[in-house]
Amino acid sequence: MKKQLSWKELPEGDVLEAGTAVEFETGDWRTNKPVWFPDRCIHCLTCWIVCPDASVKVADGKFVGFDYKHCKGCGLCAAECPTKPKSIEMVLDK
Amino acid sequence: MVTVAKTGNEAMAEAMRQINPDVVAAYPITPATEIVMIFAGFVADGLVDTEFVAVESEHSAMSATLGASIAGARAMTATSSQGLALMYEILPIASALRAPIVMPEVNRALSGPINIHCDHSDTMGGRDFGWIHIFSENTQEAYDNVIQAVRIAEHASVRIPAMVTTDGFIISHCMERIETADDQDVKNFIGEYKRENSLLDTAHPITAGALDLQDYYFEHKRPVAEAMRNAKDVIIEIGKEFGKKFGRTYDLFEKYKLDDADIAIVVLGSTAGTARAVVDELRDKRVKAGMLKLRVFRPFPAAEIAAALSKTKAVAVMDRSDSFSSQGGPVFTEVRSALYEVPMKPKIVNFIYGLGGRDVKMNDINSVYDALQKIIKTGKVETAINYLGLRE
Repeated sequence: MKKQLSWKELPEGDVLEAGTAVEFETGDWRTNKPVWFPDRCIHCLTCWIVCPDASVKVADGKFVGFDYKHCKGCGLCAAECPTKPKSIEMVLDK
Repeated sequence: MVTVAKTGNEAMAEAMRQINPDVVAAYPITPATEIVMIFAGFVADGLVDTEFVAVESEHSAMSATLGASIAGARAMTATSSQGLALMYEILPIASALRAPIVMPEVNRALSGPINIHCDHSDTMGGRDFGWIHIFSENTQEAYDNVIQAVRIAEHASVRIPAMVTTDGFIISHCMERIETADDQDVKNFIGEYKRENSLLDTAHPITAGALDLQDYYFEHKRPVAEAMRNAKDVIIEIGKEFGKKFGRTYDLFEKYKLDDADIAIVVLGSTAGTARAVVDELRDKRVKAGMLKLRVFRPFPAAEIAAALSKTKAVAVMDRSDSFSSQGGPVFTEVRSALYEVPMKPKIVNFIYGLGGRDVKMNDINSVYDALQKIIKTGKVETAINYLGLRE
């Protein structure tokens, strides 16, 4: 078990390093997960804009995938996807 | 050094102008409004370099001030009463994150009923948040205390926020002759603010304001207690340095004819001015009366207060607020506790007074000393908790 520090050993004001949220894998909180349908997708990147967990991966202006280690399955990407039929569907994550 | 006519609010705004903070995030509330209003005028006239953020509530004012402070800015705001109450949830965060915010706080009664006049219930209500509390008796002290507070709060062994009070309307809106220092002398006195870990230091990014679970919260609060303990000596040290530079020395409290006094009152804020005149009158009649004017309420200088009062026979603690503990006001409770260990302790009683701006005159203070004389004569305390000036 990691050593529990005394109050004298702690950094002032409980300052911690930045960017540690990435190490906390919230992906296992999901009930449903988003699934991408490449043939329907127009790469408008609306899903990337609305994702609250920065879990839509984009490269060269195109959708490339979901970060399933952090995606909490909120479904905003699917809800906002403008194509008909939608290019993202939420399915039960077993 | 110039002699000028200023109200308490004007004096605090002037101190802020000379401090020239990086950020002021403010919302108005009577009777503190003028401080930030006058300061906003300084901003508009280009007399300061401050980034002035006009927010939509005191909750945001304190949030923005705290954020700015953690980002490495020297940040200030000012408020009263309900405004301070609306800042409630951020106040303990400011001390936990070690933000040396300096905030003028114009003492005004907490609602209800709604009342815009002076009492100490607002800042007393926030006495457990890890903020330093320095009370000003008059306009000169208001000016001097704001400047000293910057050095105190930012001191390496302190780094917790500080509020500097004045009595609402009584001092905030009362014009007095004061001495103000030269801009450069104030600038030299306060020095530069350098925060070790700041949000805007992009070379060393940090997370501030993280979550703690049961295993670390306690350890993260303990340093704030230590900082508050350290603050006492720092306040004395800065008070002496201020005296050397500007001619007026400050301490944890002021003893007025207390050393040989049989009867004494403990009082904070402007009422001390009235009490001083009463003490002089009593002394003319050969009554050994004295006064302890408490300047620093947080940290609470228990040992020093006990030593100062230990030779008296009866003490009345004046509280301009009721803590509704059913055991009297906050200052009474803490002074009484300070005297617990003193072997020959004086009899001690509480006079709750001046709530909602209820005026307290020399007659009223005389009646307090009369009560103390009666206690010495009879050897008995009839009523421990008294309400001075209340219509029964």
